[in-house]
Amino acid sequence: MEATVGSANTIGKLNSEAPVSKATANYKEQAAGKTVGIPFVEHPKMSMRDVQVYYGDKQAIFDVGLDIGKNEVVAMIGPSGCGKSTFLRCLNRMNDTIDICRVEGSLKLEELDIYDPKLDVVPLRARVGMVFQKPNPFPKSIYDNVAYGPRIHGLVSRKSELDEIVETSLRRAGLWEEVKDRLLSPGTGLSGGQQQRLCIARTIAVSPEVILMDEPCSALDPIATAKIEELIAELSANFTIAIVTHSMQQAARVSDRTAYFHLGKLIEVNETEKVFTNPDHELTEAYITGRFG
Amino acid sequence: MSEKLSTIDLVNKNLARRYRREKRFRAYGIASIMFGLLCLVILFADIIGKGHSAFLQTYVRLNVELSAEALGISDINDPSQFVRANYDGVLRNALRERFPEVNKRREKRNLYGIISNGAGYQLRDLLEQNPQLINTRVDIWVLADDDYDTYYKSRSSDGSEAYTGRFSETQIGWIEALIADGVVEKRFNRTFFQAGDSREPEQAGIRGAMMGSLYTLIVTFVLSFPIGVAAAVYLEEYAHKNRFTDFIEVNINNLAAVPSIIFGLLGLAIFINFFSMPRSIPLVGGIVLTLMTLPTIIISSRAAIKAVPPSIREAALGIGASKMQVILHHVLPLAMPGMLTGAIIGMAQALGETAPLLLIGMVAFIVDVPGGITDPSTVLPVQIFLWSDSPERAFVERTSAAIMVLLGFLIVMNTLAVLLRRRLERRW
Ligand SMILES: Nc1ncnc2c1ncn2[C@@H]1O[C@H](COP(=O)(O)OP(=O)(O)OP(=O)(O)O)[C@@H](O)[C@H]1O
Ligand SMILES: [Mg+2]
Repeated sequence: MEATVGSANTIGKLNSEAPVSKATANYKEQAAGKTVGIPFVEHPKMSMRDVQVYYGDKQAIFDVGLDIGKNEVVAMIGPSGCGKSTFLRCLNRMNDTIDICRVEGSLKLEELDIYDPKLDVVPLRARVGMVFQKPNPFPKSIYDNVAYGPRIHGLVSRKSELDEIVETSLRRAGLWEEVKDRLLSPGTGLSGGQQQRLCIARTIAVSPEVILMDEPCSALDPIATAKIEELIAELSANFTIAIVTHSMQQAARVSDRTAYFHLGKLIEVNETEKVFTNPDHELTEAYITGRFG
Repeated sequence: MSEKLSTIDLVNKNLARRYRREKRFRAYGIASIMFGLLCLVILFADIIGKGHSAFLQTYVRLNVELSAEALGISDINDPSQFVRANYDGVLRNALRERFPEVNKRREKRNLYGIISNGAGYQLRDLLEQNPQLINTRVDIWVLADDDYDTYYKSRSSDGSEAYTGRFSETQIGWIEALIADGVVEKRFNRTFFQAGDSREPEQAGIRGAMMGSLYTLIVTFVLSFPIGVAAAVYLEEYAHKNRFTDFIEVNINNLAAVPSIIFGLLGLAIFINFFSMPRSIPLVGGIVLTLMTLPTIIISSRAAIKAVPPSIREAALGIGASKMQVILHHVLPLAMPGMLTGAIIGMAQALGETAPLLLIGMVAFIVDVPGGITDPSTVLPVQIFLWSDSPERAFVERTSAAIMVLLGFLIVMNTLAVLLRRRLERRW
């Protein structure tokens, strides 16, 4: 709480130096806990309302409401510890693995209530896949890595179908040409960037509707990063993507809309271009111009 | 020149000291390893020095007249006659023939003692397979008695400094005469690896105890590994952290420190007295040892499960694997090497465990080699204990030989474990 007050003060000072008219109004909106910009869309793929997340007694996410449209790429940015990962992990209930984590509010995948206690998370996670920050291929062959999802979900009955899924997934992940001759060699023997693309291939092999990515490029060099970004752009034709990133350039390059989180609150959601050129909220502006974060 | 040294000079000045320290540090480590190795060498030298002679056994060649009459066999097609035939008699005749000067009753009895009283069975086996030898004269090698065996083994080549024990001059005369004849010989002691225990050292073997240990360990492994792994999986993957699981954890750790004899008492009270299971059987021994090894296996399995990188779990969960699939496909395979290590440590402990087995009767004198987990048997460490307690000098070398077999058992087990682990560990 103190931190909030602190940053509000900073903003106050900034405002007095830079005579921007929108500042005061937005500051009030933030105090009221409202998200500025366009958090909601028509016919969303996923829609979240009044989401609160607690780790034990500590609240990590406050009143977040956000929609993710079909085949849209939404980037989530914000300073470290502001709750981006926490929020993202709510979307396919990965937070279930943390004992002390508690989620409130309404989270929907189309008509499906994600936090329905009766819901089986297995099919949910088949529909909402996830790519993690650190490439984490299984210690198995490249083929088995990609084939794992289809196998456990029983998507195929014949080996030839499985081969086909593996190939198309690897192709879509832009990895096929590099690995087609060594499908049976270990996935962990690939370079970091290749491993991450393998993880993406593994995720898309089960044809999810939504792909969640938590800083998928943070462990990669610029060239590997560029490849993944290209890949995200291509994937957005078929998938809905929510991506957390620390790189504003990356958010700018790959996303349609950008959501800015600050201390567990969703401050602003807008068209990416607008966020990076003319944000509505001064906290966003302070962040993207590098004044904190 | 200024008093103040530059940084790099300071660093260089300290460098020598740092190197010296580093060397000392390494020297401590090397010294510890040398000490350990030295102890091992002393132990091995002592055991092998004492025990190697048990792998050879003294045999005496006798010229035996196999007359049908003396044997009491009238019809060579009647097997029952072979069973009852007087083999000892013909062997004794052979001895009397060789030493015709012996005629007092007591002297004669002593004379017959040159050969093992198992020699008759040897002759029977020979005749049952070759009945045509009846009514011929054959030279056969028969087991010498343990006293003569000890004498012959301890005798240096010129005949001096032999261990005579309770031998009289006459007895020494006999054996020396036989040695002079060239009819005494040391041969590989097959009996030691083929027979069960016996009161007669020359007929006593380790096989009974070895099989007993093997069956007991199989029971222990088959019970403790799955139970231990399942308990560890539950505690690590399913149980929520609360007072109750803390309580369980503390108690598992306590259990690991309980003296093994208590488990023996428990086994006696529950399995033998309450469930009326038979005494002295590997099944009960294995169950008791399971109780003892479980904590070790649970603790090491939990550590192994904890060491599986969370990123692998997340990856599997993230594409929709169920909890059980995560455990079966990813956690267990990755944790298996560590769990096996724990299991092997537990098994090695179980192999060397004596106290609890004494209480459930696996200390009985058992001659037959057990053929299954419900046959009465003893185990290697108990056999060592029994033999070390026997007065016959020939059991001294057998005790050491049994220790060698036990160590060999351990080495085989550990080697298998290392190989298995290396196979499983083949991290990609
Ligand atoms: N397992 C956990 N237990 C308790 N608190 C947690 C846990 N995970 C995260 N938190 C807390 O929740 C808040 C949000 O964390 P989160 O990981 O979502 O931040 P983030 O925006 O992803 O940060 P980063 O950019 O550094 O990844 C932080 O204050 C963090 O300390
Ligand atoms: Mg994060």
